[in-house]
Amino acid sequence: MLTAIVFLPLIGSLISGFFGKRLGETLAQWIPTGLLFVSALFSWIVFAQTLGGEDRLVRLFTWISSGELQTDWALRADPLTAVMLVVVTTVSALVHLYSVGYMAEDPSKARFFSYLSFFTFAMLMLVTADNFLQMFFGWEGVGVASYLLIGFWHQKDSANAASMKAFIVNRVGDFGFLLGMFGVFAVFRSLDFDTVFAAAPQYAESTFHFLWMEVKVLEAICFLLFIGAMGKSAQFFLHTWLPDAMEGPTPVSALIHAATMVTAGVVMICRLSPLFEWAPGALAFVTFIGATTALFAATVGLVQNDIKRIIAYSTCSQLGYMFFAAGLGAYPVAMFHLFTHAFFKALLFLGAGSVIHAMHHEQDIRKMGGLWRYIPLTFVMMVVGTLAITGLPLLSGFYSKDAIIEVAFVGKGWTAQYAFFVSLLVAAMTSFYSWRLIFKVFFGPRVWKDDPDPYPTPVEEAHDDHAHGDDHGHGHHELHPHESPKTMLIPIGVLTVGAILAGAIFAPGFIGDGYEEFWRGSIFFGPNNHVMHDFHYVPLWVKFAPFMMMVTGFFIAWTLYERRRDLPAKLARSQEALYTFFLNRWWFDQAYDFLFVKPAQALGRFLWKKGDGATIDGAIDGASMKIAPAIAGLLRRAQSGYVFHYAFAMILGVVVLVGLAVV
Amino acid sequence: MGYVLNAVLWLPLIGGLILLLLKGDGPAERLLIKRWSLGISVLTFLISLILLFSFDSSSPAFQFVVDRPWLAGLNYKLGVDGFSFPFLMLTTALMPIVFLASWNVETRVREYFIAFLVLETLMIGVFCALDMVLFYLFFEAGLIPMFLIIGVWGGKRRIYASFKFFLYTLLGSLLMLVAMIWMWSYAGTTDIEKLLVTDFPHDGFRVLGFMVTGGAQTLLWLAFFASFAVKMPMWPVHTWLPDAHVEAPTAGSVVLASILLKMGGYGFVRFNLPMFPVASDLMANFVFTLSVIGIVYASLVALVQEDMKKLVAYSSVAHMGFVTMGLFSGTQQGIDGAMFQMLSHGFIAGALFLCVGVVYDRLHTREIAAYGGVVNVMPMFAVVFLFFTMGNVGLPGTSGFVGEFLTMTGAYEANTWVAFFAATGVILSAGYALWLYRRVAFGTITNPHVAEMKEMGRREIALFAPLVIATLYFGLYPKPALDAFGTSTAHLLTRYEAAVGERPPIALPGAAPAAAEAHH
Repeated sequence: MLTAIVFLPLIGSLISGFFGKRLGETLAQWIPTGLLFVSALFSWIVFAQTLGGEDRLVRLFTWISSGELQTDWALRADPLTAVMLVVVTTVSALVHLYSVGYMAEDPSKARFFSYLSFFTFAMLMLVTADNFLQMFFGWEGVGVASYLLIGFWHQKDSANAASMKAFIVNRVGDFGFLLGMFGVFAVFRSLDFDTVFAAAPQYAESTFHFLWMEVKVLEAICFLLFIGAMGKSAQFFLHTWLPDAMEGPTPVSALIHAATMVTAGVVMICRLSPLFEWAPGALAFVTFIGATTALFAATVGLVQNDIKRIIAYSTCSQLGYMFFAAGLGAYPVAMFHLFTHAFFKALLFLGAGSVIHAMHHEQDIRKMGGLWRYIPLTFVMMVVGTLAITGLPLLSGFYSKDAIIEVAFVGKGWTAQYAFFVSLLVAAMTSFYSWRLIFKVFFGPRVWKDDPDPYPTPVEEAHDDHAHGDDHGHGHHELHPHESPKTMLIPIGVLTVGAILAGAIFAPGFIGDGYEEFWRGSIFFGPNNHVMHDFHYVPLWVKFAPFMMMVTGFFIAWTLYERRRDLPAKLARSQEALYTFFLNRWWFDQAYDFLFVKPAQALGRFLWKKGDGATIDGAIDGASMKIAPAIAGLLRRAQSGYVFHYAFAMILGVVVLVGLAVV
Repeated sequence: MGYVLNAVLWLPLIGGLILLLLKGDGPAERLLIKRWSLGISVLTFLISLILLFSFDSSSPAFQFVVDRPWLAGLNYKLGVDGFSFPFLMLTTALMPIVFLASWNVETRVREYFIAFLVLETLMIGVFCALDMVLFYLFFEAGLIPMFLIIGVWGGKRRIYASFKFFLYTLLGSLLMLVAMIWMWSYAGTTDIEKLLVTDFPHDGFRVLGFMVTGGAQTLLWLAFFASFAVKMPMWPVHTWLPDAHVEAPTAGSVVLASILLKMGGYGFVRFNLPMFPVASDLMANFVFTLSVIGIVYASLVALVQEDMKKLVAYSSVAHMGFVTMGLFSGTQQGIDGAMFQMLSHGFIAGALFLCVGVVYDRLHTREIAAYGGVVNVMPMFAVVFLFFTMGNVGLPGTSGFVGEFLTMTGAYEANTWVAFFAATGVILSAGYALWLYRRVAFGTITNPHVAEMKEMGRREIALFAPLVIATLYFGLYPKPALDAFGTSTAHLLTRYEAAVGERPPIALPGAAPAAAEAHH
């Protein structure tokens, strides 16, 4: 069954990819979608069985074997995997279904579904991995799928740029992952999780020579592996690709860039908890980066105007929460937030997709407003998603996010204090920008014009282009916002139910007193890690603080975007420096371009022209010029007709050799 | 089985000789020549399959050995082991593709096909010669047909390119010849099998006031190194390669990238590492430095190329940097990985040059800027091109990953700096490969000629199909090749470690901390 869960999406992908044209559009969409639903059903069964205490390990066949390095293709299901199986296949199945509606007017449906299913397969390989190498396979596999899907509309230059950026920035992370993996093998002589984890405690104090430093083995390895997680999960410094990834179709953003792929880094840290628990320095670094990302992304999210980018920064920020929870040793809490976040964030993205669909591919929230009348179902569900992410009591976000804030409160060290402070601040910001989005999109005046008035062409921002507009059924110049078809509304509805209930149902198991029976051996806690126990005992004010923050954020958003709509512009003008700083995302893209991209190109050009051209060839040509003329004459004749003779002479020589051999 | 090996070796040459008898140059004769050559290469491949089925990859010994007296006290000795056999198979498997890729050649057809058939024999000869002199003959003679292929059927600057190719590689080889003569006088034999168990002196001596550490081994090592480093090619003697590739016809580029470059790496494991272990160990840091510079330097240069073939050529230089790095790490993973990397590069770089050939045949330019939006008119080609681009980037699941991963694993044990810099190549390769792909395949069509480009035909699909299968097969299940390499590597390393000592573990375990107390 585990094998079926993983390989059904691959089969679906291959069928649509290779036979999409022959099968016709309908089958090319429904076959992968159907297979995904089967896969999701099986996942829930495996999830239930795993909770019942039944782990599985399916060995397929050998992959790389060289000396002591022996790795297999293997599928493993323990509680950690089971949670991810459920998240990945469920969201993926719903997104497949949603895409049937969302992509209805796109000419390359088969290709889209093929990519989507391939992504799901790679993600499943990642979470079921039994060794570092297979995890890396899944890791890079989802990277390629993401590259293909971000650049799905390949006529669009901005989409191509974004997809390349995503792949390359991820590769920077993979650079760390690889070095960490080499370290694991060099020290443990194995890449199998079980072998490495069993030996890890003995190396808690060992050191080795890495570059110029003598460092603790596990600290270095964990630090390097975490760089990989930073890339995949868009953490501070390696986050720049995620907002641009919104160039891809919205279902992709929901599945890959919100619910599943970007959480791979969190899964990795939880999976590797038997290593990280012996590397307090690396954990502190994880906490610091996580908290900083949460803060950074929230500040940028405050001022964005693209509906998808706002949600993208929100994702980035929430991933930060998960990371610092893991960094503080509360892996189950991080996983729990991952779980609930998958529901409400996929909901928000798919809801945003429904809005975009209704607005005929308009993504700028400044050009929306008053939409609740026109798309009431989408509106209601988006509000539920917003309530869930901001942490309204009893909805899913409340259980997981408040737990994280409490973990930060009881955590040890200055990074924990920093994380606690940040997490409260960010809770308010999250509430603010989430409600800002709701107010701007669904309330207030209608900024757009109704049919038959021509809709003003957007002037700013390249992504407003209607990439596949040519094939779009409606003209661009009429606008009747309309509710989305059932194939889109049903998945959003299911996710809405999840966003409401997932927290209340699963909190006791994931993070309650029974957490050890729930996770069993799949997550490891070091001897001094009691955070899972301690966070239940925090002062009352800490328990109430997130709620207060949420209300504050809502109130500010309500004031600025509902009561006093003149205020935001004034505020932006009075705080112009800060506003532009946030709006331009702390100038990261410009800085990287200046620091890395431009110098790499300049250096490449310099080495090519000066290094290869002037220096190396210069020296060699100089020398050969003295011998060349003599042979040049020979060659001129060669090409003017005598080649045959030379070839013949050459062959004759060889024949003589053969002859001698035979004699 | 020796006669089978003999047959595989000489069949292409005999096929070429028979072509000499053919008269006339009409279209019918041309087609006959093409079919004949393809047939011969397919037959060679089929015969080599007999070897594949009887090759024992668990034995480090030479197999299918042919040994008979030859002229002047030398021996005509052939045989293959785990290092050479996979390359023999690579050669026989690739040549039919090379001939199929040459189907559109219309100038001097007979000479062209004779040159390639002769080249096939010479290349196979390099991989199965077990006598030093025989090896040298095959190794050097291979230059001539390649020189002609570039110089006669090449592009505009073919004269310059063919010269550069010839001079570079020939000058390197002369030093190797001198070293071989010295080895013969020392060991009294040119039999490679015997030389492999000869201990060449490594006591340091003084020359003109300079201390030569590693003594004779170092000097011999350097002489062989000069020849193989050019062939690889290693930085800074790589500049012949981009020029040779750019000017060579498509089939020539494929042979050059897929097989000829492998002779350098093969030479290292056949001669330098096992025969001069002490010198190899002494020189490891030198090789690491050149390899790492090669990886970073060539990747950066590839990033700014405007000519497709040049870009792929520089990427070859970078990938060969991984090979030399792995070889001289002196570890099982490093050497296995280096050999595997060469095999995999044979599929992937060959396929990439074929990809360039496919679009070149249609647009007659290699300039990247002339393309853009190719995916709109040639979707199937775009898929194939993307697949090999990903292979080139070293995506896990393609064969490109296995070699890169293993070589870096080995290098990490030898020196973390080396692995660190080599791993930056992982980032840069994504940069230049995807940048190329984006500019060629994606975007909107701006050049009206691109809009007229036709999708690949059956012949072109047949070119890529076996390469796609091989890249994927060895990416997912590299075991057959790694087993063959692994046995020979293990055998080599016992000798290597006996000479230079075993490497200490990178970190020692301490006592496990006190058992975790139960937490509430």
